[in-house]
Amino acid sequence: MTGTLAAIGAGLAVLGAGMGIGKIGEGAMNAIARQPEASGKIQTAMIIAAALIEGVALFAVVVALIA
Amino acid sequence: MRPAQIFFRSFVLAVVFMISSIGGAYASGDQEGSSEFDPIELINGHVWDSHDFHIIDWKGESYGLALPIILWTDDGLVTFPSSRFHHDNSGTVVVEEGGQKFVRYKEHIFYADKLDVAKFEEASAIGRPLLYEDRPLNFSITKTVFSMMLAAVIMLLIFGFSARHYKKNKNAPKGLAGFMEPLILFVRDDIAIPNIGEKKYGKYMPLLLTIFFFIWINNLIGLIPFFPFSGNVTGNLAFTMVMALFVFVVTVFSGNKHYWGHILTPDVPKALYILMVPIEIVGMIAKPFALMVRLFANITAGHIIILSLVGLIFIFGTAFISPVSIVFVLFMSVLEMLVAVLQAYVFTLLAALFIGQAVEEPI
Repeated sequence: MTGTLAAIGAGLAVLGAGMGIGKIGEGAMNAIARQPEASGKIQTAMIIAAALIEGVALFAVVVALIA
Repeated sequence: MRPAQIFFRSFVLAVVFMISSIGGAYASGDQEGSSEFDPIELINGHVWDSHDFHIIDWKGESYGLALPIILWTDDGLVTFPSSRFHHDNSGTVVVEEGGQKFVRYKEHIFYADKLDVAKFEEASAIGRPLLYEDRPLNFSITKTVFSMMLAAVIMLLIFGFSARHYKKNKNAPKGLAGFMEPLILFVRDDIAIPNIGEKKYGKYMPLLLTIFFFIWINNLIGLIPFFPFSGNVTGNLAFTMVMALFVFVVTVFSGNKHYWGHILTPDVPKALYILMVPIEIVGMIAKPFALMVRLFANITAGHIIILSLVGLIFIFGTAFISPVSIVFVLFMSVLEMLVAVLQAYVFTLLAALFIGQAVEEPI
């Protein structure tokens, strides 16, 4: 039972991460569309924010692995 | 030291390590238990640490490098090659050395008379490495340690050669130095200076450069599937904990009075101190903790995914699944290469950010 619950928990975490990174992507696309010259900086900021969100999602995966 | 000396000495050191850790290629004949494929066993064998370096299974016998086991017992230092355990991981083979007996259970080495399987299995995954009463202190060269030393040797060679280039000619670098220069300038101009500031970044450049390249090279080593490269270093919680600890210690020791002022006397009404100060202190610890878990989880998750996809071939048992599996594995490996450099970049960036917060002067 613990294993199943852990797997469900990990899946929920991925849900949250997916939504979060999706919103970042949306914001980045809008910004690049408005100002194509700044696309380099926007891309860098997007990658950093995505890595941070993925870090949080992987916290949950680690907890699920432990359980 | 002249770079030729650096090169020669690191080469000799590398050869000495590799020779001293060869307990001889050895073969194991016994295959007990079912021959059904267990994907979890495959993943556990590759992702977590182990005392021997399995290279290949040839004609039913497995060959590998038996790494030395170095134990600090109550009676002193004990060393022996791990081949004396004859691949045993369930506590049955007893090795006697220096008057003491040892067994190996699931890659942990116990005193032979103190192995308590039930207690070990009951302990949680976090509690297990901490059960120290029944085990000697284990300083062995394990697969992870071997890979880490390999990464260190690679870094010494790369940077030794690059530095030599700058000593010899004053014009624009070519070759290895020319390849490394944009990377090093990237760390300086895009990570160090924006976060730490023009005046103080110089002191922290060696740390940031080391963190960046060490993590990147170790990530890449974990992705290459053949000997001597396949060890998983950054997917080890102890390794990332030490890296995060270094960043934490540097931040704490370079904090100026504005930094500590923000933490211990934040700009809020005094009645809220009882709430804010613990939060700030927990925040100070949570940031390196996040660094540790982020790197560990990203790399371990990537390895587990790749191993699972390769294991698909064995689970299905047919060769027709292999094109699908290989394509998946190729895609995941390219993604993992991106993750390798990205995680190194994010770790270094956040380290620079924390250090910058610590040395920041108010305008």
